[in-house]
Amino acid sequence: MSELIIRNGFVFDPLQGIRGDRMDIGIKDGKIVETSTLSAPRTIDAAGMTVMAGGVDIHSHVVGPKVNVGRLFRPEDKLFKSPHKSPTCSRMEMGSSVPSTFKTGYDYARMGYVFVNEAAMPPLHSPHVHEEIRDTPIIDNAAMPVFGNNWFTLEYLKNNEIENNAAYTAWLLRATRGFGIKVVNPGGSEAWGWGLNCVHIHDPVPYFDIAPAEIVKGLIETNEFLGLPHSVHLHCNNLGNPGNYTDTLDSLRLAEGYAPKNDFGRKQVMHVTHLQFHAYGGDSWGNVGARSKDIMDYVNAHDNITVDMGQVTLDETTTMTADGPFEHHLRAQNNLKWANVDVELETAAGVVPYIYSPKVKANTIQWAVGLELALLAKDPMRIFLTTDHPNAGPFTRYPRVIAWLMSRAARDATMKTFKWLDRTIDATSIDGIDRELDLYEIAQMTRAGPARALGLTHMYGGLAPGMDADVAVYALNPGDMPSDPAAIENAFSRCALLVKDGVVTVRDGEVVTEPAKRTIWVDVKVPENTQVQRDIYEHFLRHYSVKLDNYSLFEEHLHNSRVIEVDTTQ
Amino acid sequence: MKTVTLTLTNPPKLLLEGQNITPDNFAGKNTAEIATLDLWEGKQKIPLGKHFTVAGDGGATAAETKIVLRGDCTRVKRIGQQMTAGEIVIEGNADMYIGGWMQGGKIHVKGNVDSFCGIGMEGGELIVDGNAGCHLGSSPRGEWRGMKGGLIRVAGNVGSDTATFINGGTIIIGGDADIHVSTHGEGGTVVIKGDAKGRVGGQMVKGDIYVYGTIENPLPGFSMVGEVEQEVDGETALFAHHIGDLGERHPVSRGKTVYANLYTRL
Repeated sequence: MSELIIRNGFVFDPLQGIRGDRMDIGIKDGKIVETSTLSAPRTIDAAGMTVMAGGVDIHSHVVGPKVNVGRLFRPEDKLFKSPHKSPTCSRMEMGSSVPSTFKTGYDYARMGYVFVNEAAMPPLHSPHVHEEIRDTPIIDNAAMPVFGNNWFTLEYLKNNEIENNAAYTAWLLRATRGFGIKVVNPGGSEAWGWGLNCVHIHDPVPYFDIAPAEIVKGLIETNEFLGLPHSVHLHCNNLGNPGNYTDTLDSLRLAEGYAPKNDFGRKQVMHVTHLQFHAYGGDSWGNVGARSKDIMDYVNAHDNITVDMGQVTLDETTTMTADGPFEHHLRAQNNLKWANVDVELETAAGVVPYIYSPKVKANTIQWAVGLELALLAKDPMRIFLTTDHPNAGPFTRYPRVIAWLMSRAARDATMKTFKWLDRTIDATSIDGIDRELDLYEIAQMTRAGPARALGLTHMYGGLAPGMDADVAVYALNPGDMPSDPAAIENAFSRCALLVKDGVVTVRDGEVVTEPAKRTIWVDVKVPENTQVQRDIYEHFLRHYSVKLDNYSLFEEHLHNSRVIEVDTTQ
Repeated sequence: MKTVTLTLTNPPKLLLEGQNITPDNFAGKNTAEIATLDLWEGKQKIPLGKHFTVAGDGGATAAETKIVLRGDCTRVKRIGQQMTAGEIVIEGNADMYIGGWMQGGKIHVKGNVDSFCGIGMEGGELIVDGNAGCHLGSSPRGEWRGMKGGLIRVAGNVGSDTATFINGGTIIIGGDADIHVSTHGEGGTVVIKGDAKGRVGGQMVKGDIYVYGTIENPLPGFSMVGEVEQEVDGETALFAHHIGDLGERHPVSRGKTVYANLYTRL
């Protein structure tokens, strides 16, 4: 394969502690190599530009049944918002807040991203997830099956059978070719089957008689028992309600006393996702306020937790989550069309369009909460940039979020458009924060940090020799940053160059080739467990509407597999 | 005001997508430039001049531009789509999406039009001397923000699904309407001077419907509350007043619940 050298760029690689040094990056056979080992490389001049590893998204809803429901029931999301086919791309692109699979791949690549972790895979529908992964070009994907409302998990954890739950988890990860343990509104989505919800971590789940706190602790123990690359990935109870920060703090405290146990360099035992939706004070939408400081004080003081933002971008978007009761609750607020579904024995989901408007006080407070979380964070290696795509805004707005984080002027300009600016300032602390993040911190939040939290630093998130040759170059000179924040947004929207697996994929913001993408999954070897095998057999016999033989993913659904092996039998 | 006359001299084999035929696009262009504007025939992009003979130049602005279409435009869609000002006169029939997402100006069709005309309309006037198809003044597929303003006047009959998700504006139908009128409506006015088939005002939250003739199958969600005299389209008449759709949510304004009104002429 060809050799490449990217010369003279300002390199930001937090995994190696490189802070904007002018360096050359050598690439050979799809891997980063020492430049001295290259014989006759093709040279790409990156002088005056910023060089980072390819972007890593830890939490985004891009593939699978609920995303597709969003695409199907929002044709208006495509109307006048779908570009004409790019002459350099092989497929048409459609949609805005829930883009087609092709647009998803192209747009991530244009922003310099190479890896996206699908945030919630209903295990029963894993074939659909993997079919859409295959159809999402360029970017590598992993998908996390949801466990927080799974009957097997609830039964094992109620009896404190961590070893059995671990054996089941290993089986399900293999059956769905999944990546890690996702927990969505633990217990709450199952309680919704009875028309109930679990808004506090000690609310019991009907029938199973287990509380969310026990589910989360049990899954942390399971995760560390197995030593998975990623930690438990938690969507807390009581999402999106005023006053929920106390429940969030309760959830965060569940990680106390646990230490990470893995061979992948992961430092946390719990990743709490879209934290913005979980950091509200007050007791109604009339007096809602930001409690980001309380939340971040806790997160800053506890090294075994990572979080992501879930930044509201003030766009019209489509919310979608496995938190069935929340979506049902949301549709009662905005009276728009909605979809809700139960996935037998496993989970639920809902989809509702939502318009985050600068004219609505609650929305502008939400906007402030997300940014406060990131700006109050002491360690950018533990807080990651997300919009919980598409829940708080489409992923294509990441560059704008970066501009807000890097520039007080950008935040002020957006705040000028708020109808309830004074009340937003009163209810939040955003106006008192002058901090502006630098490119190194952005690299931490968008590549190095998420890659470390996912346990993937041997492949993604950095530029050390031996890692995948995923390199993004942005037309930004760190020594001469533009005073206009729009220029920062433009530079991150359309990268000057993206090399994916050693192949020049994007040039001047346009996709020029579509290299083969891969599916990352985790295969855990556990000792044979006849009780769990019997339980699985029994549940499929009695409760599932599909046969066990037809449940596991067939090999032909798995696209270009890249397996991470974990062996617990040693 | 300057007039551009387009005569369809070379009829297309397939349907023509004519979204560029608007005063906004013609303004500031001369005859030759107008002839080079894009049309789509299937997936092929072709210049307007291939099918139409163009005469006259556009005005300086959209408001100063009038377009007259001659010849059989039964297979030309999207004329006047998203126009903001000016005037279009279609001498005969036209196809679907005439005046869709229109924001201002006036379209006068002297023949019939097909479905989806005036969808997503925000302002302006769409006058049809003949009949219109389905989804007249309706919201685009999937969209919950329907017609916001403007006037649609159809002298003849209309198809089904008129004014779905209407939020504002007025639709006046001289003839009969097929099923589904103002479904999910949250404002606006629909006047049917002939008969309506049924499902009039289903899931309607707010807004007015007038039916001069009979409703073949009235909805059970509407309840008669009295008789009122109202002035509609310049004439005063006595109507039976129904409120509904009682199965749907209804906003409360100044302590009073707001219902949709259905008036049937007595």
